[in-house]
Amino acid sequence: MHTTYDELPHLLTLMTGDEKHSPSATSTLDVLWVLYSDILRVDTANPDDPDRDRFYLSKGHGPMAYYAVLGARGFLTSEELRTFGAYDSPLGSHPDRTLARGVDIGSGSLGHGLGLAAGTAVALRIQGRLAHVYVLIGDAELDEGSNMEAIQFAGRCELSNLTAIVIDNDSAGLGWPGGIASRFAVEGWSTSDVDGRDHDMLRRAFRGERGRAPHVVVAHVEKKEN
Amino acid sequence: MSITVEKSLDQREIFYRLVPQLLADDERLALVIAEIGAAYLEPHIAPEVRPRVVNVGIREQAMIGVAGGMALAGMRPIVHTFPPFLIERPFEQVKLDLGHQGVGAVLVSSGGSYGWPQGGETHFGQRDVALLDTLDGWTVHVPGHVDEVDWMLHSAVAGDDRVYIRLDGISNERPYAREVGFSVLQQGKSGTVVSVGPMTDRVLAAARGRDVTVLHASTIRPFDADTLRSTLTTPDVMLVEPYLAGISVLQVNRALAGMRTRVSGIGVEAGERRRYGTVREHDRANGLDVEGLTRAMDRFFEV
Repeated sequence: MHTTYDELPHLLTLMTGDEKHSPSATSTLDVLWVLYSDILRVDTANPDDPDRDRFYLSKGHGPMAYYAVLGARGFLTSEELRTFGAYDSPLGSHPDRTLARGVDIGSGSLGHGLGLAAGTAVALRIQGRLAHVYVLIGDAELDEGSNMEAIQFAGRCELSNLTAIVIDNDSAGLGWPGGIASRFAVEGWSTSDVDGRDHDMLRRAFRGERGRAPHVVVAHVEKKEN
Repeated sequence: MSITVEKSLDQREIFYRLVPQLLADDERLALVIAEIGAAYLEPHIAPEVRPRVVNVGIREQAMIGVAGGMALAGMRPIVHTFPPFLIERPFEQVKLDLGHQGVGAVLVSSGGSYGWPQGGETHFGQRDVALLDTLDGWTVHVPGHVDEVDWMLHSAVAGDDRVYIRLDGISNERPYAREVGFSVLQQGKSGTVVSVGPMTDRVLAAARGRDVTVLHASTIRPFDADTLRSTLTTPDVMLVEPYLAGISVLQVNRALAGMRTRVSGIGVEAGERRRYGTVREHDRANGLDVEGLTRAMDRFFEV
């Protein structure tokens, strides 16, 4: 299946049954599209390749954009997308890596992905593999203190094979005065603040030279309504 | 526990002695710690294995998360600290970053239920096995002797599953288990005592002269229902466990489903005792010394 960005709403419709989907309705769709189109070195035919790049969706809520992109890249079939949420479906409202092909971690409870990603980055470095680990978290998910442990640890370990993406739609109840990137910068991460809808900016942020530090891309999208 | 002048190392020291060699022998292994043990291990870590010793600082959530991430990349993490900081504080990481991801690790705690009694309730570890019982697929080893630590560690690191090794400051005079499964130490007709890990010397002392079967378990999960059934006479079963009392009663009930049975679960009593002192004093308070076990057996088997 080779799919264009404009066809993603159709894949979302397979899961929801709703007729209309605008890409802007899901905060993560553009980041996921850019990652799976231009950045991640993954192979549909070999989803467990130990040398593949990893993508850990830490923010497991609202995973339909993720499933749509995995469908567009051929990891999931249209038939599987249609089963979304059913009792024996591989696709639930939180992803399970043991059920869904191409899904690297199971998530749903917030604040677990960054620690897992740091551990995988350490392991890949020990193994001498060139693979890179990307982990996506939400600005509200960042409330969980476990993230701070992982941010500090990854910074001290200089995990340059780790990139965190924080989708910032200003949904954290108590907010992040002074911005999100500063929380990473003080722990030694390199940082980018970009428009989370601008594919060129996202590509540049992911490809930028980052030296010996882990990197965070804070992807700003419109404030969540409701 | 009486501190004897034995030259032998205790279970925790044996673990610290074995780990550097295990790491050297298998490059799939990593040690993940959160400061506890770092000072003991530091002198024994060779330069070539140093990258595989990961000290995350006092960050126990990250400790388990990092271990899970390493396992996802095909490594075999050994994770070590005191029971409350290994199982209780990062319990959701143990549940999700290992179990839910479908990966394993070797979690090794030291200190048992009250191995440092003056540390008080914050450092007591009696709840560990009960908590792991709510999760899937954990093997739980409770070594009763340093020799058992050796085979448990070697078999644990060779696998990919989830293994908990509960090191205690107290040990039996000799090893009673050479492998997974219950050992038959004594056979009798009026009931069965299942003694777990370091409880067995005192259980044997309390059971001396009684017509009861004594089974020793250094591996309590999976529960060896087959041996319990095959050696059963009178279906009266007493469990003596060095952690929260009664935790394996459910296992006995399942093993003997359909039979009319009497089961007694002896162990560390629930609730906060808020006492310091010595291990011996805590054993006495919980009825886990020879005198307490004798009284419990008098009541249970000679009604």
